[in-house]
Parts: sequence; C-alpha cells; structure tokens
Amino acid sequence: MRVAQTAYARQQRVGMTGNEAVAYAVKQADVDVIAAYPITPQTIIVERLAEYVNNGELNAVYIPAESEHSALSACVGAALAGARVFTATASQGLALMWEILWIASALRTTIVMALANRALSAPINIHCSHDDAYACRDTGWIQFFAENVQEAYDLTLMAFRVSEDKRVLFPSIVNLDGFILSHGLEALYVLSDDAVKGFIPPKEPVYPIDPERPMTYGPLALFDYYMEFKKVQAEAFKRVYPVILETFGKYEEISGRRYSPVKTYLMEDAEVAVVVLGSSAGTARYVARRLRAKGQKVGVVSLTLYRPFPAGDLAKALRGLKAVVVMDRSYSFGSPGAQLFMDVATALYHERERPLLINAIYGLGGRDLMPQHVEEAFEVAREAARTGEVKEREIWLGVR
Amino acid sequence: MATPIKTLKEIPREELFTPGHRLCAGCGIPQLVRMVLKAIPGPKVIVNATGCLEVATTIYPYTSWKVPWVHNAFENVAATAAGIEAAFKALEKKRGVKRPKIIALAGDGGTFDIGLQALSGALERGHDMIFICYDNEAYMNTGIQRSGATPRGAATTTTPAGSVVPGKIERKKDLMGIAISHGVRYAATMNPAYPVDMYNKIVKAASVEGPTVLHYFCPCPTGWRFDTAKSIEVSRLAVQTRYWPLYEYEDGTYRINVVVRNPRPLEDFLKLQGRFAHLLRPENKHILEQLKRDVEENWNRLMKLAGLS
Amino acid sequence: MSVRPLSWRELPAAPVITEAGSALRYKTGSWRALRPVIDRGKCIKCLLCWVYCPEPAIIRGEDDGVEVDYDYCKGCGICANECPVKAISMVEEG
Repeated sequence: MRVAQTAYARQQRVGMTGNEAVAYAVKQADVDVIAAYPITPQTIIVERLAEYVNNGELNAVYIPAESEHSALSACVGAALAGARVFTATASQGLALMWEILWIASALRTTIVMALANRALSAPINIHCSHDDAYACRDTGWIQFFAENVQEAYDLTLMAFRVSEDKRVLFPSIVNLDGFILSHGLEALYVLSDDAVKGFIPPKEPVYPIDPERPMTYGPLALFDYYMEFKKVQAEAFKRVYPVILETFGKYEEISGRRYSPVKTYLMEDAEVAVVVLGSSAGTARYVARRLRAKGQKVGVVSLTLYRPFPAGDLAKALRGLKAVVVMDRSYSFGSPGAQLFMDVATALYHERERPLLINAIYGLGGRDLMPQHVEEAFEVAREAARTGEVKEREIWLGVR
Repeated sequence: MATPIKTLKEIPREELFTPGHRLCAGCGIPQLVRMVLKAIPGPKVIVNATGCLEVATTIYPYTSWKVPWVHNAFENVAATAAGIEAAFKALEKKRGVKRPKIIALAGDGGTFDIGLQALSGALERGHDMIFICYDNEAYMNTGIQRSGATPRGAATTTTPAGSVVPGKIERKKDLMGIAISHGVRYAATMNPAYPVDMYNKIVKAASVEGPTVLHYFCPCPTGWRFDTAKSIEVSRLAVQTRYWPLYEYEDGTYRINVVVRNPRPLEDFLKLQGRFAHLLRPENKHILEQLKRDVEENWNRLMKLAGLS
Repeated sequence: MSVRPLSWRELPAAPVITEAGSALRYKTGSWRALRPVIDRGKCIKCLLCWVYCPEPAIIRGEDDGVEVDYDYCKGCGICANECPVKAISMVEEG
C-alpha cells in the first residue's frame, strides 16, 4: 500500500520494551499530569516518565502518589481540571484503584492508563494473568489489548485520541501482558513527534473546573436521578465503538498499520478456532499455521478491543464454525465460565447457529503458553466438532 | 499578607454558600464553610470528601455552592486536591491558566481515619492546598459511629455507653501533631464561637505557599445530643474548659490564641451533651478522670510548646 | 417544590450541576417548629447572629441591621441563644 510505505518511511525503527514504548507514546502525547505508584511489572513506565519530566523532555507535573488509590484519585482531579492525564498500574494496584475506576468513568474523565497485566494474589505472583483487566470490565473504561510492543505503543496513542474525543469522553486502559510485553524487547516503528501532535489534538475539556463558571462535580443523586445518570452513561458508552473504528482508520493513514477490534487469522474456511486476548495470539497463530500445513481447518480470532466488547463483529467472525475454544488467562470462581468465555457465549447467543464452546484456562501467573497447549486446545475443538458434543466444558492447559 | 481583622463588621458580606442545603438544624459545618469562602478572596476550588457536608449540600439538582466544588470519594480528598493542584500548575506553565486556591474539606472520618494516608501523602509532597478538617468527633453521616477523633468516654453507636464498657475507652488522635510532624509551615485549630480568630487563621493559611492544615471544632447537635440552639454555647465551653485549645503553629512557633487562665470545670462542657451523660454517673468516674487528665496533659504540653509555662 | 423530574435525555453527560447555588430553589423553612423574631428596637447590630447562622438565613442589611429569611430558616435557635441583648425570641409556628 503506497500510503503505508510513505508513512513507514517517516517512522523510526527502534528497539524498546513494552514499558518503554508506552512511556515514549505518553511523552509524545504531551500529557500534563502523571500520577502513579510503582508496581511490578509496570514500574518502568513511570520511571521513564519521571526521567522525561526531570530531564525537561516532557513538560508535565509528575505526582509520585503514596498509593494507587491516591494515584487514580489525583488523576480524576487533574482530568476534571482540564489536564491530559496518564497513569499506569497492575494487579493489586488496579484492585486498590477499583473504587475510583467507576468514578473516573462516570465523571467522564479522559484518563489513559497502561495496565501491565499481572495475576491477583494469593499466592502473590508478579507475572501475567488477565485478572486485573477482567476485574474492571464493568467500570465504564474502554479497554484495549496489545499483542506486541508495537501495538502497546500504537494503542497508547490511539487511547488518548479516543478518550478525549467529544463523542466519547471515557477513560481508557491499554493492556499489555506483564513481563511478556512489558519487559519484552522488540523492534517497533515510532511516529515523529509532529505526526503524534497532528493525530492527538489539544485536549478540549467539556466541563473543566473553572472559577469563572463554578459547577458542582460529583453531587449526590439518589433514587430520583441515579438511574437516569447511569442511562446517560450507558447510552454514551454505546457510541464509543464507531469512534474507535474511525480512530483505527485515521491511525492507519499516518502509520500504515491497520487495526481492527477483532483480528482473524486463517478463518476463511476454518471449522474450529481459538479466541484469545493479548500476546498469546502470536503463539496461537504459529500453531494454527503448522496445523494448517497438516490439513487441519483451524483458525485464530484475537481481540484488540475488550471494552466495548465487539460482540457483533466477533459473532460474525465465528459464523459457520463447528467448535470454538475460548482461552482465558484468568478464572471466575463459580461462574458458568471464565470471563472471556462468558462474553463470547453471550455474543453468540443471538446467532441462529452457534458453534460448540469450550473454555480453556491457561497461562495463570505467567505460566508459559507452549505450542503443544494450543495444539491440545485445537484437538479438543476438533473432537467436539467431530462428535458434535463437548466432553468437558472447561479444560486447563499446562496444569500439573 | 492582609492585616488581621478585629471585628465581625470587617467580614465580607458576599455569600458563596447558599441556604437550601439539607444539613441538620443547628449544624456547625456551615459557619466554617461561609468563613472559608469569605476569608479567601479570588478564584478557589473546594474539594470535598464524602460526609455530611458533601451529601447535604449537593443533592442533585440542587447545590449550595457558588464556587467550583468537586467530590470524588471518601478517603481521597487530599489526593484529588493534589491532582487538581498539579493540573493547574501544569496548565499555568503550558497555557497560562490562572491557578486557583485549592481547599480540601473533610470530616474527621475523611481526615483522621480513612483519609489519613492520602492526607499524609499530600502533605509530604508539599502540594499547595489548605486542608480543613471539620471535626465533629464521630462518623455523623452514617449515624454517629466512633472515629479516631472521638474523645475518650464519648458514647457513639459503635461505642455505646454499656454497663461493662462505658463508651469509647481510647484517647483521641492528635491531628495537629500529625500535620506538624509532616513539616507543614502553618497549622491551626479553630472554633465557631471565635469567628474573628477563625477568619484570621484561614487568611493566614491561604497566604502560605504549600500545604497547611486547619482543624475545626464542629458542634453536632444530632450526634452529641444537645439542643440545636446550643451549638455555639457548647463550642465556647469547649474552649473555656481547655477541652479545645485554640492555638496555631507557624514556622516552628506555637502560639495559644486564647489562653484560658481559669478554666471552667470540664463538666460544664460535658453536661450539655447526651454523648457524655453517662460520664457524670459515679460508676464511670474513672473514665471521667481519664478524660480530664487527657485535657490537662494536652493543655500543659501546648503551654510548654508555646513557652508559657 | 414539586418540579417535573428530568428524563435521562435532558441530563448532562456527567453528574455535574451547572447552575451555581441552585439550592436556593429548595426552601427549608418548612422544617421549622420555632420561629425567630427579631426586636429591631433592641438589636445592637453586632452581627453575631449573622455569623453564627448555619443556613445562612440571617440577612445582613446595608446598615448591619439583620432580618430573618424565613424561606430557609430551620428554626435551630442559635441566633436567639447567642444574641447578647436578647433581641431575638423563638416563637412557636402557628
């Protein structure tokens, strides 16, 4: 594509870890306030940002908060005052922020957060699970999932533009798998500062704190108004999806990189597929390619967007399949399936013909997802397709 | 800095806090709020922790506030204020936006207990804000439960005056000491019965760059169980009995603003309030004596710090 | 005080009250059981009642004379209790 080639020509190819790439994107987005608390595996993001600020490379105020709860609280205050705001966290830190996640969304702040996905205690662990991302699925934040370092960079830039779009006004989370992406060094293309400036226009806050126009932010609304405010928020969140598609398109124009909420791989004539989030998509594709060479009709569906959940596009992508394994890097105790499984099942419910569904639990606490695990998942799907029934609805990959 | 006022006539007329709020009759919070809004001229932003003041003054679609007012949650008022302060600092540098005064308001729950960590962090980082605690010595908004600010002996709904345990048996935390030990440049106690003193302290706090802490005695007829008409009378007695010393700390110096040479008996303050009624019964004399010792020790300590003993 | 409650379509994007001081439309005078009555002949214009009023429902005149705003006065009685010349009496609402 000609546009893409020109775009690439103007980009620099660099080596960065996921954390460094996110920090670099945040610097280019010219944020005004950063408030954060260190937590592995996110810490390097905020360390880099502190360096940018202290070296005069980024004109922003850095608040080294005394907890994640305060970090996000400060972000809410700063965003209401009209600032462009960033924070980063993981796992326990996100859990501590949880109360304020709801408020940040309901007050329509446009905070961007990087979430270096990490398992929730106990036992304490610092490696990747998607517990943290799932735990805030209902809070009214937009959630992107990066598959590699390039995507972590690109999605961070896009998150600012989407969140601050006047048709949106919701905060965003960019998920990057802890250690796998946060600490993984990869080559990526970065845009010029000017290109970023053009892509993310200056923030135009809608109700900024202004002593000249005094307003009351976050009042009490009881049974007479609370429900109406939630309806406002719900309807507004439904309008986010098309803006994300539009932003993906605009980003492709300047970067040459195409994004889509639902990514499909070898799905054209596939009979079975796996659905994954995050960095595991690469492993799944590698296995699918190998199995295709053996004549197996397998494909991979991965999601770049988790909230708003691309239910319609996902259902479309899974149309005509015989069996699907939904891969969850988390577990939802007592639920009819893990978190992504439940979303996929709901998305498929309204389809006239539905594939058989299996839920595969994998990779908890940073357990490596090996090619044989994905092969196992495909095998289970193929057997279900063959027999027309699901033997076990829930399988655990790679557990002893 | 502005010269201190001497009379009530000098207090500005303008009201930036309107009636029509749902605080209880006789509540002691508005006297503080009105004074804050009068004593700090120019652009300002109020950041309010969850609590009586927050719920009773902003019931949608009604607000009593004619200045920007922000409520985030309960324990994070200092952090929210810090974020607003940081944002204006950044926007001033980048876009020339004028920086308003940032005033955080919280009850004793939002200050002494659940809000203490955020307060400590904000004080240590040195954000330019005035943090004001309206201390009604219990969780009044949720129905009078004890807090770290509840004095020894007081009955609350979670420290009822029982036959075995006569009210709260622990001593009240020293908020001023906590604030001062963070290295704030100015901290002061206030009381609604002393409005001129209160006004001047707010002015002083606002004139300091960096964090300052004001600790306000906030009478609560509902929670303390006294006649609504007696709010100011109870407050005055708190000072006159040395229960609530009016003092300030300024760059290393302590000053007692009302030196109570001949204190009234503590019982005069206690007997007006239902929360202390059981302390005046003979079987609870030991708790009363302990409370009296708390008051005396605190007074003597402050006199020493102020170089008056 | 019955106003038509707004539908969600009429609400702002976020829970924000854009009209400063809108509580003035909410009259709390109905809470009152006792009514403060000021004897203006006795009033010395000391302004204590004005400062101590929690609503505020004491209106400070140009000459520092005071009046009660009965639209909002909840009848707490602080003004009468604190008046140094006993110029305010609390009268039962009839």
